[in-house]
Amino acid sequence: MTTAWEPVIGLEIHVQLKTETKMFCRCRNGFGGEPNSQTCPVCLAFPGALPVPNRRAIEETIKLGLALDCAIAERAVFHRKNYFYPDNPKAYQISQYDEPLCAGGHLDVPTGDGVTRIGITRAHLEEDAAKNVHVAASGRIHGATATLVDFNRCGTPLVEIVTEPDLHDAETAKRFLQLLRQTVVELGLSDAELEHGSMRFDVNVSVRPAGSDELRTRTELKNMNSFNFAAKGIEREIARQVRIYEEGGVVDQETLHFDPAHEESPPMRSKEEAQDYRYFPEPDLVPVEPGAELVERLRGEIVELPGGRITRIAETLSFYDADVLVTGGLDRLWVAVVDAGADPKDAANVLANQFVATGIDPGAVGAGELAKLVSARAEIPRAAFDEALAKVGEPDFSADPYLAQKVVADTAELDPIIERIIEANPGQAGQYRSGKHGLLGFFVGQVMKETGGSADPRVVNERVRALLG
Amino acid sequence: MARITKEEVLHVARLARLELSDDDVAKFQEQLSDILEAVSKVSELDLSDVPPTAHPLEIANAWAEDVPHDCLPLDDVFANAPDRDGDYFRTPPA
Amino acid sequence: MTVDTLRLSAEEANRLVTDGEVSSDELYRAYLDAIGERDPELHAFLYVCENDPGAGIPIAIKDVIGTRGIPTTAGSKILESYIPVYDATVIANCRKRGLRVIGKTNTDEFAMGSSTENSAFGPSHNPWDPSRVPGGSGGGSAAAVSAGLAPWALGSDTGGSIKQPAALCGHVGLRPTYGTVSRYGVVAFASSLDQVGPVARNVRDCAFLYSVISGRDEHDSTTVDVPEVELPTAEDLKGLRIGVPKEMNGVDGIEPGVSAAVHKALELAESLGATVEECSLPRSVDYGVACYYVVSPAEASANLARYDGVRFGLRDDGADFREMVMKTRDAGFGDEPKRRIMVGTYALSSGYYDAYYRTAQKVRTVIKREHDELFERFDVLVSPTSPTVAFPIGAKIDDPVAMYMNDVLTIPSCMAGLPGLNIPCGLSEGLPVGLQLIGPQFGENTIFRAAHALEQAIGFDVVPERLR
Repeated sequence: MTTAWEPVIGLEIHVQLKTETKMFCRCRNGFGGEPNSQTCPVCLAFPGALPVPNRRAIEETIKLGLALDCAIAERAVFHRKNYFYPDNPKAYQISQYDEPLCAGGHLDVPTGDGVTRIGITRAHLEEDAAKNVHVAASGRIHGATATLVDFNRCGTPLVEIVTEPDLHDAETAKRFLQLLRQTVVELGLSDAELEHGSMRFDVNVSVRPAGSDELRTRTELKNMNSFNFAAKGIEREIARQVRIYEEGGVVDQETLHFDPAHEESPPMRSKEEAQDYRYFPEPDLVPVEPGAELVERLRGEIVELPGGRITRIAETLSFYDADVLVTGGLDRLWVAVVDAGADPKDAANVLANQFVATGIDPGAVGAGELAKLVSARAEIPRAAFDEALAKVGEPDFSADPYLAQKVVADTAELDPIIERIIEANPGQAGQYRSGKHGLLGFFVGQVMKETGGSADPRVVNERVRALLG
Repeated sequence: MARITKEEVLHVARLARLELSDDDVAKFQEQLSDILEAVSKVSELDLSDVPPTAHPLEIANAWAEDVPHDCLPLDDVFANAPDRDGDYFRTPPA
Repeated sequence: MTVDTLRLSAEEANRLVTDGEVSSDELYRAYLDAIGERDPELHAFLYVCENDPGAGIPIAIKDVIGTRGIPTTAGSKILESYIPVYDATVIANCRKRGLRVIGKTNTDEFAMGSSTENSAFGPSHNPWDPSRVPGGSGGGSAAAVSAGLAPWALGSDTGGSIKQPAALCGHVGLRPTYGTVSRYGVVAFASSLDQVGPVARNVRDCAFLYSVISGRDEHDSTTVDVPEVELPTAEDLKGLRIGVPKEMNGVDGIEPGVSAAVHKALELAESLGATVEECSLPRSVDYGVACYYVVSPAEASANLARYDGVRFGLRDDGADFREMVMKTRDAGFGDEPKRRIMVGTYALSSGYYDAYYRTAQKVRTVIKREHDELFERFDVLVSPTSPTVAFPIGAKIDDPVAMYMNDVLTIPSCMAGLPGLNIPCGLSEGLPVGLQLIGPQFGENTIFRAAHALEQAIGFDVVPERLR
């Protein structure tokens, strides 16, 4: 490879809002109902039906735009996007075109090398389509199919977020998606579950010679339903395009449809017809003019977001620790435990490793008691610590009984026990002395057993070595 | 600007999902040309300082609270359905 | 008691019932009898109800307005078997007042037309001369009211579809200020232009029916609150400033008999105390039709796209979805909707949007501004409603552009979202001539007051001569 190539990646993300009702009618908004049980003349597009916007959906879109540092439009307009498909009953989708609610923002993605700023071109509000199910018709010889349509999802409020092509590697793209997802969830806007489709994304990938600023033909990757899958798919596509260019070829503008059930399968390719959506302002709706008062109120409702918290906590801890705590939903508890007197690094260590393995809800934990445990970790037996930690989420948990179990580190107490065990196991002692140092663990284990786990393992280790010789 | 070609008639018919016979295409080509010629009059005016009107009323912020209503019973949902399959609408494959 | 439906206003019919002279059922049956007698000749109705709940008087409904459980075809084969599962808001409002739907009236397909000859189910006939059109698109409602088959009716107006038939059939029709009557449940043609309005025998009935159907609707976000309707009583026009746009009066294309009848009515208005002054709409009339025939087909092309055979209406077979849709729409739509869908699609398509649609929306602003300026000096503007009296069936059907010119006088104020009312003001060649009063936004009360006084002074007999 003689040229260095720079990947150019842009993302288009769709997030379903978890409002009570749909975007343009007051049918219940929610996943999993009996087919076509959450419908009305409006979302079924019966003749004469008219859309009425959901105020909460508009406010939540503005809030998301503010969280992404976007400028909020003084006047936003809905447009009709016209195309025919069974899941699009009006044969137009009410969306936004050139006057979206939010534009010109960014999301800062903290990484080990500092913060990468990814531009957000726009975030706008639209309605989701129905669900098509493609089936084989029974009784047909040649496997003829039909399409079944369930309109429950039709009309769900959808925020579309488009990034600038500011991403240059698959890993950062993945981190961006994870951070965006966490931001959306913390704002309470969406469950953003990839398996349920409440968050979906498409990736645009192209490559260019490193150092140039040209934008070459890009391919669109669709239907990847996990962030890991996406990272791998992006990497494979980058490699494919580099290969093509290096062989002197040309990259075609294509869409790659992945099979979410089979990550390793090659994607289906299609050259999608250039669609003429014939956008025009939606005459059944009037413009949205949020006004400064509403925008400021919504801005006031936004608490510190995950990206900012990672950067801030990384001033005290390592980036890695900060990242694990925030993305694991543990940082609020960490702050509280540190405030209650625990050492920041020790607290981070315990939370990110042992605590996270317990599966306990961080919100259920009394920070003061956990702080005591963290501070006493070196002094109490391991078994006691683990037991305490497993119960730390219970109401009225107290660390005190566990703290009372001190670790035995006094060599005056330990040496006689160690010597007794050495004497009782002459064979292993002999093997150890002739070089099988792996047997150290056997002796330490025996001492721990003998002391009911309350011996300090480090001291035992040291003394066994010393006494075995 | 105004005479429409046969290809344009077919293109527009395709976009609008209208299957036209050859006779229809010829007939509509003639009629659409007449209509487009008449309406292209709109571009005679100097409109450089004029904003477009999307709504005769100058109102904004018409919206509803996020409170659910009763959805349609399935019998109503499918009352006029050309092809119902269980609780789904069925169409030829898309 | 035999009820003479031919001569009964809605107000009078209602009094018969509230006074106990006739029961609501007897009255309903009397109108059914009239329909049985005169509708075979007129074909005003596409569907006649056998009964309908309510304690009040009957009302006929244009077949683009959705009525729960009652067929609603919009005059099209694509909805031939469609029965709505919900009432339009205007219907719900009527029912709250006890009004009983007597039937659905004929219309040009999807309200596109000015003669009712574009109905997929055959034209309606003018009660004054059945060889002539009743106007359109609401020719059915117009014929029904003129021929005493219903005391009043609801119609819809996009570019003149209430006013022009009222002119050709000799009765009163109001196109309300845009946004004062809900469009929810009404088959959409052009969303920024469509309005449902009352079709009646006199101005007071018209005003009353407007008060029943108007008002902000939570299901239609383009509606607003409406000033309280005042039923007119005054019989003079003192203080009324009437503007007569010179581009709409006495120009080429308007039949001399029509101009003469309107001119006479204006003289009468002066004698009742109004001031009448010439004024000008320099570009609104000249460019109105072109503007309308870009904007309305564009919106219609999207509004008619939902007729795809999936959830309701006609379905034709196809090997795949696309083929099914294309065949269904070809079979289900008549020529006029197809023409307008294609013009509209063209006007919105890539490369043409700016030249056509966006430009037309700017012309619309010009039209609105010209009208607003005039309403600083005048209370109402007056002109003939239609440039001609009723023309023979078949006379204009092969020339779409000639047909469009029927609306040249009603279109400009529609583009501006302004209210307009037709009253009959005389006859020409034995056929009714209509005069339209155009008002400022929310100026219905001014229009009702002016129209009522003029109507009383003119004394036009709305019963067609041949039926008297």
